[in-house]
Amino acid sequence: MYKYVGENIKRVDGLDKVTGYAKYVDDIKMPGMLYAKIKQSPYAHARIIKVDTSKAEALEGVKAVITGADVPNRVGLYLEDKTFLATDKVRFIGEAVAAVAAVTPEIAEEAVELIEVEYEELPGVFSAMDAIKHDAPLIHEDLGNYKYGPIFFPKPGTNISNHYKIRKGDIEKGFAEADYIMENEFYVPHIQHAPIENHSVIALTEPSGKVTVWSACQSPYAVRKALSVAFNLPLHKVRVISPAVGGGFGGKAGTTLEGITIPLSQKCMGRPVKLTYTREEDMIGSFVRQGCLAKIKTGVKKDGRIVAEENTFYWEGGAYTEYGVNIARAGGYASTGPYDIPNVKADSYCLYTNQPVGGPYRGFGMSEIHFAIEQNLDMVAAQMGIDPVEFRKINAIKEGGHTVTGQQLYNVGITKCIEAVEKDIEWGKEEKPSGPNKVRGKGIACMYKAPSQPNNVASSAVVKINEDGTANLLVTAMDIGQGSNTVLAQIAAEVLTIPVEKISVITGDTDVTPYEWQTVASRITYCAGNAVKKAAEDAKEQMLKLASIGLGLPAEYLELKDEHVVSIVYPDRKISIASLALGLEMPDGSGVHGPIIGRGSFIPPNVRNTDKETGQGEKPVAFWTFGAQAVDIEIDLETGQIEVIKVAAAYDVGKAINPQLCKAQIEGGIVQGIGSALLEQQIMEKGKVLNPNFVDYKIPAVRDVPEMIVRIVEVPEVTGPYGARGVGEPAMVPTAPAIANAIYNALGIRINSLPLTAEKVLYAIKNNKSVSCKLIKNNKGEDGEGQVKCGVD
Amino acid sequence: MKHNISFTVNGEKVHMEVEPNKTLLRMLREDLNLTGAKEGCGAGECGSCTVIVDGKAVNSCMMLAVEADGKDILTVEGLAKNGILDPLQQSFIDNAALQCGYCTPGMLMSAKALLMRNPNPSEDEIKEAIGGNLCRCTGYKVILDAIKEAAGQIN
Repeated sequence: MYKYVGENIKRVDGLDKVTGYAKYVDDIKMPGMLYAKIKQSPYAHARIIKVDTSKAEALEGVKAVITGADVPNRVGLYLEDKTFLATDKVRFIGEAVAAVAAVTPEIAEEAVELIEVEYEELPGVFSAMDAIKHDAPLIHEDLGNYKYGPIFFPKPGTNISNHYKIRKGDIEKGFAEADYIMENEFYVPHIQHAPIENHSVIALTEPSGKVTVWSACQSPYAVRKALSVAFNLPLHKVRVISPAVGGGFGGKAGTTLEGITIPLSQKCMGRPVKLTYTREEDMIGSFVRQGCLAKIKTGVKKDGRIVAEENTFYWEGGAYTEYGVNIARAGGYASTGPYDIPNVKADSYCLYTNQPVGGPYRGFGMSEIHFAIEQNLDMVAAQMGIDPVEFRKINAIKEGGHTVTGQQLYNVGITKCIEAVEKDIEWGKEEKPSGPNKVRGKGIACMYKAPSQPNNVASSAVVKINEDGTANLLVTAMDIGQGSNTVLAQIAAEVLTIPVEKISVITGDTDVTPYEWQTVASRITYCAGNAVKKAAEDAKEQMLKLASIGLGLPAEYLELKDEHVVSIVYPDRKISIASLALGLEMPDGSGVHGPIIGRGSFIPPNVRNTDKETGQGEKPVAFWTFGAQAVDIEIDLETGQIEVIKVAAAYDVGKAINPQLCKAQIEGGIVQGIGSALLEQQIMEKGKVLNPNFVDYKIPAVRDVPEMIVRIVEVPEVTGPYGARGVGEPAMVPTAPAIANAIYNALGIRINSLPLTAEKVLYAIKNNKSVSCKLIKNNKGEDGEGQVKCGVD
Repeated sequence: MKHNISFTVNGEKVHMEVEPNKTLLRMLREDLNLTGAKEGCGAGECGSCTVIVDGKAVNSCMMLAVEADGKDILTVEGLAKNGILDPLQQSFIDNAALQCGYCTPGMLMSAKALLMRNPNPSEDEIKEAIGGNLCRCTGYKVILDAIKEAAGQIN
């Protein structure tokens, strides 16, 4: 049916990347370039009394030194609570308090050592439960004066920067109807994105005051806006260029080092200033995935239907929550997972803590909440004697079913996903351990996710047809590895009938490429894809009209076919795209119309705010992506070591524009999910990160990879281009809870916090311990039964 | 005090004056504009700076430039010959064995060093060879597939 959509077209950026030609920010060298370095706070929470930069300024080779006084404006994507350098206080260890630009990196480093900062240490807040206490030290005293979007609810005078609520149905009635009620707590620690490319930015200020930044960033336009606010510059005086980006996973969304390099460059007119973080600086000073404490209470009828769920999420948002407030919101509006539950109460709190800054991380809150939801589900199913797969099939959202916000859904593929992984993992079949001291187990988890974005986020695309019949596609969707350049070229190719190899994709320059909100939220194939499709269709319409004149046939009887406008009735009557590119040449030598330039703009249709008190709304998000994973693991009883042997994954992507790249996303997500499940945690002591390197903070290497069976389910999303939905983030969400459920399946042991380390497993085995599950009610109607162990007896 | 060194990079003879504390990675990137090798950690933990020195895969952030004296160095820029991609480069493209591309040059060079000494490696030998190359995007399976495929093409 399609020629390019649905095909495994090779990555259009492949050649540049395998030859080492692709240029990342740190690869760029400019004449007269200066090198920057930051001075970091050694305190988690302290008042800045004095910053003395005189010795640094006196050092030969130093060209500029800045402090918080140079960048006083507060900025932030959703809540304007951060400054690029600390002004009044420092709020986490590693926060930038001053910066230097010098002729060499070595001099910059030396100069930073010469900056003297006097602090008055303040009591810190290092956990969600401490942050929410009434007498907790306040991290942002001025919260009441900060600007924020209308969908957020900060509580001035507390550390709560957002409280998102869901009140659906009648929660008390729901629990009263339930035959079983299970309540438990789960904790997910802070982890790092760990893209292999550290953050890097070059800034240049021209004599006119115009600022250009070359930034490893996912979101050039969102960055441009924040920078214009921070530096009181009109938007046309800020240019953001994003060259090749060495992985993002959310960590390069929003602003990072731009706000430090710009003021330095303003003091060194005409000289570019580069700042590249070391791995240690990156792991401490850039976004992290925030910690989350989750309390889940699930009420179920004897027949297996979940009738009530009461969930509370406490997010350890870190020192600034400009982005974190929206993660708390996402946790709220998705609070039950992909299940149709009539009575729901949820409270999601974003909390300030004196920890690294929480930000967007592949999954945007979904990995954290599903770790809790999917385990509690298994725990109650175990008490009731219902098979975990069956239990999910009963409760998964069906055709015409409802989400937590009351949104009615159609074209829902979750049941197909569950069935696919059930088959691929051979659910119910017992596997033989590889040795006498080993046990095997299987587990399943489901997920859903929607793009967490403001309702009216915009995308656009421009298609320019060249006079040889090739095309240039301009977008600001960033190919951060996910393959968007290839997929967007395929969409343009499908409409235009121009082969992908004849389309150049140009991205990431706010002076050149058209507006795109951000490359985040698994939204690009859907949002930018729709814009590209419209732009190509616009170009097509223009060409059909011109060809109609040229061929003397009505436009409605013309179509594009194999790079020509062709008559549907008389296929031999045609005119090439190349000959229409600059307009139509008439027999008398005159011309009509001029160059073909297609424009496409897109905003997800009909997405509206939810009610402030109840969180209810018909369509709070553009679309939902559903998926499931099942795992087969082996545990070594002598060491507690978990080996993931096989992972089966299935996602309803609506339509895989490029199945090979789609599968690659899912495989990458599974392995990142295994990292978060088994290996990764920022180990902190009073806000100090103790493992900011790849020796002490391990991410998966090649030997950590299991067998992976990936199934693509295609139930079309009616508003998506060719029916497509996003899948980049969903790919890692269910992995950790599926492994946790497999541990229970193998040993009868519940581990309620990540990572699922050998130490925790071995401790549980040796001490015959498990997290105690709080079964509040059983089918005999016995209330208040108290702690019931569901681990090993 | 600077040191005079001579070595070969991608088949070309080079004479350089380098500071004693400069790493091979910085010399390649800053002085020779060979920016294919990347710095991901600066401590030999991620492998994105891998180049081949006298036939062996080396973390160039952990080797001093002066140690390159008299050596034969191959970087990712030297893999393709006369515009023809090395079979590894082609199989990485064909298998979608790269995403963001930042680890790709190092991954390719570790694989190349393996295939140079062992044209027909087992899966375990491939895993051993790229065990020190971290990739955050792909999940590695496609990289293993790409190396196996390229091995089939190399005599």
